[in-house]
Amino acid sequence: MLQISLWKRVLILAVCASGLLFSFPNGFYSRVETHNDAVAAIETFGTTSEREAEAAIWPSFLPSTLINLGLDLRGGAHLLAEVHVEDVYADRMDIYWPEVRQALVELRDQVGFVERVDTAPRGTLQVRIQRPEAIEAALQAVRDLARPVVSLTAGIGATDIVASGEGDVVTVQLSPEEKAATDNRTVQQALEIIRRRIDEVGTREPSIQRQGENRILIQVPGVGSAAELKALIGTTARLTFHPVISSTTDPDARAGPGNIVVPHLDREEEFYIVERAAVLSGEDLVDAQPAFDQNGLPSVTFRFNPAGARIFGQYTSDNVGALFATVLDGEVITAPQIREPITGGSGQITGNFTVESSTELAILLRSGALPAELTFLEERTVSPGLGQDSIDAGRIACIVAFAAVIVFMALSYGLFGVFADVALILNVALLLGILSVFGATLTLPGIAGIVLTIGMAVDANVLVFERIREELKTAKGPSRAIELGYQRALSAIIDANVTTGMTAVILFALGSGPVKGFAVTLMCGIVTSVFTAIFVTRLLIVMWFERRRPRTIEV
Amino acid sequence: MRLKLVPKETNFDFFRFRTVTMGASIAAVVASVILWLVVGLNFGIDFRGGTTIRTEAVQQVDVGAYRQAVSALDLGEVSVIEVFDPNFREDQNVTLIRIQAQEGQESVTGAIIADVETVLKDVDPSIEFTSVDSVGPKVSGELVQTAILAVASALAAILIYIWLRFEWQFSVGAVAALFHDVILTIGIFSLLQIRFDLSTIAALLTIVGYSINDTVVIFDRLRENLRKYKTTPLKDVMNTSVNETLSRTLMTSGTTLLALIALLAFGGDVIRGFVFAITWGVIVGTYSSVYVAKNVVLMLGVKRDWSKPSDGGGAGTQFANVDA
Repeated sequence: MLQISLWKRVLILAVCASGLLFSFPNGFYSRVETHNDAVAAIETFGTTSEREAEAAIWPSFLPSTLINLGLDLRGGAHLLAEVHVEDVYADRMDIYWPEVRQALVELRDQVGFVERVDTAPRGTLQVRIQRPEAIEAALQAVRDLARPVVSLTAGIGATDIVASGEGDVVTVQLSPEEKAATDNRTVQQALEIIRRRIDEVGTREPSIQRQGENRILIQVPGVGSAAELKALIGTTARLTFHPVISSTTDPDARAGPGNIVVPHLDREEEFYIVERAAVLSGEDLVDAQPAFDQNGLPSVTFRFNPAGARIFGQYTSDNVGALFATVLDGEVITAPQIREPITGGSGQITGNFTVESSTELAILLRSGALPAELTFLEERTVSPGLGQDSIDAGRIACIVAFAAVIVFMALSYGLFGVFADVALILNVALLLGILSVFGATLTLPGIAGIVLTIGMAVDANVLVFERIREELKTAKGPSRAIELGYQRALSAIIDANVTTGMTAVILFALGSGPVKGFAVTLMCGIVTSVFTAIFVTRLLIVMWFERRRPRTIEV
Repeated sequence: MRLKLVPKETNFDFFRFRTVTMGASIAAVVASVILWLVVGLNFGIDFRGGTTIRTEAVQQVDVGAYRQAVSALDLGEVSVIEVFDPNFREDQNVTLIRIQAQEGQESVTGAIIADVETVLKDVDPSIEFTSVDSVGPKVSGELVQTAILAVASALAAILIYIWLRFEWQFSVGAVAALFHDVILTIGIFSLLQIRFDLSTIAALLTIVGYSINDTVVIFDRLRENLRKYKTTPLKDVMNTSVNETLSRTLMTSGTTLLALIALLAFGGDVIRGFVFAITWGVIVGTYSSVYVAKNVVLMLGVKRDWSKPSDGGGAGTQFANVDA
């Protein structure tokens, strides 16, 4: 017979009620958002009367979690960056060179003179020895320098470098295990620095995620143009200070051993020959702030850490009168003369700055240099205006679809259709509630997913109603027909929804951004529509049936 | 008075024009494949790389002037289309500008976008750039792989599920119907040159999900009827099953189409291509689950005696009674 135990009824109604409760705040989106922002501000910055007032516009006893709006609805920038992890290999080799040289110098009797090969492939260190017959001894000496790899995934016994010899040349490079471990560190570090830079600008809710081996996905809502964001994220910001040998106008000038030619940042025909080894680098900075120099022009002041301050003081004391170049990402910003020893540990970079560019450089220096260069593989921006247009269009489409389906169902199934309509409304409320509670992101295709769910959600009800219609022809009495209708339609409902669910899961697994948002609403929609059809509509029908006890029913 | 899409009792012979419908389906699939190969799909930047810029201006847009301005930058193939939509305001003139992926560049370059924005600002100072999408060739290549993988794995998952729940003949029939739907959608996208991008793949998978939903409901009834009418010829049992579920098939397609038409009309131009694909798929999918899937099962034949324990090939029925 038609029976649903009391605890089941309570449970079903409780689920529906909580669905309504949790979807409710989304109806007052901007108001709740203001409230949430104010509450967050009070927590971090302390309370003000203005914030209190803003927090009070939404009662605190009501839930205040909202559906996240995706970038295509809120507006914002989406960037996919690739970290050039190979950049780091070359640096590592540069660090290894003195050690290798030292080891080989100790073997001078066997190998003779050693010199570094300048034409070595990027990321490798090649050393030419005078006596090729001693290559084995040289290799052994280099291999003795290798250290075990520090990594969870590398096998035991893996070392950080591998060396091979050919003729009179020893080639040293990082081992595959060390490369993997280094790559991982590099990407992690880049991610951390990007996060710091974006946090410095203070945009709300940025999302910075690692994607795959060496990619970083950056999503910042509310940004109208990606150009500014890219300038902020994409600059390596490696600051170094080098002694200047001479200046020249010839970019192909011979620099001499241990020196490099560096162009000037904005003066086209000016080049500096500087020592390759930097005296100090941006890693020794503890702070950087935008400021104005004595002429009132924008500049950046910085402070070294104690170790850096000592080196800086020592160097400037020893080289009064020499030129000292400040190099940012391979370009000289400024190369002033050292007029007096600077022992206080702080300095100032002057150059051709605007207020904006000095502020930006200060941020970049504060948050540290990227360990490797970034390139952007994908860039998508949506203006907040277009996002709002999409929301408005989606809302109208939802309402029209809702109304059309409701009328259609009522016309087709009469009272049972109305039951299905109530279930449909609860279905959408549950769907929105689930999306809010789990903090899912709603995208434009996601709205389409909701509309599609509205259309398809009645399917399970239709299956049942059609089945009841059929059972009415043969079964004994309406209550038996309803029961059989539910029983026999169940297998079709399950099969149909499991298969649809599978495609939604695949979409979720393989999709990105907007498509993922669509998959999420589709999956949640399947769950809620099966729940409402099997439990809610049934409960409504049973409650109606118990009250009326009709002899005959028409579906 | 009830609204009835189909009379209470129907007894259509769905196999009467079997050769015609089957022939039409095959012809449509072949035509779609030819269109696909000859005309080709209008791939969006997701799959081809490049940049799309959406502009909005207050004044009437002079597409020629835009094109001229952007072409002067020498960026290769550039297309400028004006977009019309009933939802736009009076002073909302929208265009879509597409620039091909630049040769020899793995990544996207901000400089090109900035250049384009500058020259367009000269044409119309009121212009705004409401969205900019730029995809490098490296990513677009991967997206193609992902898309193919997505569609293939969806079909494979369904093939296996239906095989476990029903019989292998059913699963072949269902997947044949899905292929039919997917190919026909690709065909119409080739014919109308609608932009084919990542969201179209999402639409294709949705179509797959919807169409299988429809097919499974009929299969479920067929399985039930096959147990009930053990001696009736397969063709007749199939006809009965389709007739019995016809009302439901049309009701569900009806409500879904109602919702989709609302979305097509009011949802805005940004997702119109996506919604169009799903709408088309629902129509084709409803047709294919009645005609294609069934015809394939009929051709393959089905084991009839469900009372005996299955032998060898009947591995598929072991889960059939889980919740029936």
